[in-house]
Amino acid sequence: MNDAVPVLEMKGISKRFPGVQALAEVDFRLFAGEVHSVMGQNGAGKSTLIKVLTGVHPADSGRILLEGTEIKPSSPLDAQKLGISTVYQEVNLCPNLSVAENICLGRDGAETFGIRWGRMRRKAEALLADLNVRVDVTAPLSSYSIAVQQMCAIARSLSTRARILILDEPTSSLAEDEVRMLFSVVRRLKAQGMAILFITHFIDQTFEISDRITVLRNGLLVGEYPVSALSRMGLITRMVGREIQERGPVRTKDAGLRPPAADDGRGAGNGGPAATPFLSASGLGRRGSVHGVDLEVRGGESLGIGGLLGSGRTETARLLFGIDRAEEGTILIEGRPAQIASPVEAILRGIGFCPEDRKLQGVIGELSLRENIVLALQTKRGVFRNLSRKRQEEIASSYIAALGIKAGDMEMPIAQLSGGNQQKALLARWMATDPRMLILDEPTRGIDVAAKIEIMRQVMELCDKGMAVVFISAEIDEVVRYSNRVAVMRDRHKVGEIESREADEHAVFQIIAGGQT
Amino acid sequence: MKAPVLGIETAATPHPLRRVMRHRIFWPLATLGLLLLFNLATNPHFFAVTVRDGHLYGSLVDILNRASPLMIIAMGLTLVIATHGIDISVGAVVAISAAVAATLIGGELVLSGAHVPRFPLPVVVLAALAVATLFGMWNGLLVSFVGMQPIVATLILLVAGRGVAQLITSGQIITIYYSPYFFIGNGFVLGIPFSLFIAAAVLAVLVFLARRTALGLFIEAIGLNPVAARFTGVRASSITFWVYAVCGLCAGIAGLIVSSNVKSADGNNAGLLLELDAILAVVLGGTSLSGGRFTLLGSVVGALIIQTLTTTIYSVGVPPEVTLVVKALVVFVVSILQSDRIRNRIAALGQIGEAAP
Repeated sequence: MNDAVPVLEMKGISKRFPGVQALAEVDFRLFAGEVHSVMGQNGAGKSTLIKVLTGVHPADSGRILLEGTEIKPSSPLDAQKLGISTVYQEVNLCPNLSVAENICLGRDGAETFGIRWGRMRRKAEALLADLNVRVDVTAPLSSYSIAVQQMCAIARSLSTRARILILDEPTSSLAEDEVRMLFSVVRRLKAQGMAILFITHFIDQTFEISDRITVLRNGLLVGEYPVSALSRMGLITRMVGREIQERGPVRTKDAGLRPPAADDGRGAGNGGPAATPFLSASGLGRRGSVHGVDLEVRGGESLGIGGLLGSGRTETARLLFGIDRAEEGTILIEGRPAQIASPVEAILRGIGFCPEDRKLQGVIGELSLRENIVLALQTKRGVFRNLSRKRQEEIASSYIAALGIKAGDMEMPIAQLSGGNQQKALLARWMATDPRMLILDEPTRGIDVAAKIEIMRQVMELCDKGMAVVFISAEIDEVVRYSNRVAVMRDRHKVGEIESREADEHAVFQIIAGGQT
Repeated sequence: MKAPVLGIETAATPHPLRRVMRHRIFWPLATLGLLLLFNLATNPHFFAVTVRDGHLYGSLVDILNRASPLMIIAMGLTLVIATHGIDISVGAVVAISAAVAATLIGGELVLSGAHVPRFPLPVVVLAALAVATLFGMWNGLLVSFVGMQPIVATLILLVAGRGVAQLITSGQIITIYYSPYFFIGNGFVLGIPFSLFIAAAVLAVLVFLARRTALGLFIEAIGLNPVAARFTGVRASSITFWVYAVCGLCAGIAGLIVSSNVKSADGNNAGLLLELDAILAVVLGGTSLSGGRFTLLGSVVGALIIQTLTTTIYSVGVPPEVTLVVKALVVFVVSILQSDRIRNRIAALGQIGEAAP
């Protein structure tokens, strides 16, 4: 392969943003018919590299060669015309338009005057059929799952006869079978000679799909490796730059912190650190959400909620935190009935919630890092018990130091921080409220290994000090690792509960599959 | 402010002038300054302030006095806009507040002896403000609890409000003969127009609420990301509701000043198109229509820009038929100059100049 001429060559690319050298002299090559992953922690320069390639940012220095000729893409549209197409993490199509319109608009099929709907529909169908996707192309895009929407985004980029396809974190919101579907499409495109640049945080997926891996760290090129020459540990070490324990902290498995086995979620405790559960819910439910969920969490204990996509994990968290009001069932907090009708009521009762969608539900992008950190504490105190600017700065800087948040300064808009640092800031936001219980919904999604380990280490430490944790993740092995007990969800019902001590991924999947209820 | 514990070093401290230029209030103030200088060039006595009967007189005093209703409305509207909302009914609320006040005073001309109002002045003022606040709450109810889009919700009152005002005045233009009421819009305290004290009080109260309580932070959070704000415990619905109520109250105060100024209440014309000037004042002052960061002081400066512009157009003798065109042109230029994109272009030009040996 090394004799071949790469389709794309980036040489000595440098890019500086105020306060940060995002890329320094980075080289990158991409050959036809290969899948090439770019790996690195948050802030390593992956997105900047893509943005330089697709014309979002101009490079400060360096050259981009497309089949030997130098190009200077000035905008994403320009890059597209050159044959470089990108499918982003968040599908950015128009959900209210039909599938066919999304695939064809602004492309061929849409004439200067008028649209030939029939031709457009057939073209969209043909493009999707190439990807082995069969849907009604006249239905609005929003009526399909994220996975199908992503396929549409890919189909759209194929309609331009792209030579290079960039997939930026395409799998972060997909369920496992959907990932498999995407990968089969990727393999098919690869066989057709497409050069594919793949970005993900999932290490397993990288090894599954890639031919080669380029590793970046702090804006510097670490190296380019054939996938066969790299072990998982080798990759992680290169990304992080030091030896680390791949799996991160594990929920302490000592018996002292272990509550008595609770099979129906209602049994009174007779041992363990806290006799009365901090929160116990029975028969919790709501129309269009989950039904009949019984849960119990004690101080000093971590309860995992596992299940497949759409099983009701997040919906359960929303009921517990008052984002959706529970229509059925009761919640007891420390044994007393509690109505939790809004997030602020949950916060006043000492509950915190790191939501799944960091960008939309978590950070307030244009507010500063400081304001984002103090916001929950301020809402807990109320409008009139204002935290002085000095106090806010003290709080923010103490958490910035404790969690190792990397930022130019605390007045920076939080949107300018990397995903891992934003997630740390969200954790800081809740830590500042001194919570009795913390609900974490996918706290490790889309962030790098080091940030993930740091975040979970902090959470487990708080848990050891007596805080209750509800841990939700799509990755079952992660749920098992970070919890004392795992509540298993299927089809919007709780179908079982298992001690993490006895559980592994397989046991949880067995419950999901219906082997045990 | 820059804690040393933080990882990456920040870019070198910018030049002091740069820092001033980056400040939110700089560009509105610069615009106002330019307009005033232009006036000075055409009229050397423009800045002259004289004392007559113990009162300050002069173009500047006049501009400040005339701008005060707009300043007050713009401040209320700033909070609404910061929540990513809009209130286009403020002009109608001005008319309603004026109508309530005038009706409660009563419009009969008494030729001999002092005019006796139907209700004591404090009752009149409080009733007018209460009614205005209620209409603000109506807007707030529609926006935050019914979930209507702000422009639609307040459009209802924009249309209906003038009708309500005429209903109150029974379709008449009520002339006010009760002279103590004139003090609100025409009186002087310590030589300074009383309306300016009202505007200053509104500014002080709102700035206190916004910056000395957490309200400002919450409003900005709601305007920037309502979902995340709610998830973090911000009582978004109730804050939004009260912000519209305050906006109504501000329009009510302005209504008192306007009706006192012209000594009458005209349901059809009081505060006509004032909502557009107010939106413009907020935007010129540096608060984005897309919500989030806001500046009350900026909106005050924005209102002054608009009033200065109006005065300037009259004083340089632009024919009345084309005044609106001239005003529009100036507003256009100012808006362009205030856009970040253009400013960055200009800054880039400057940097090229600096870089050249």
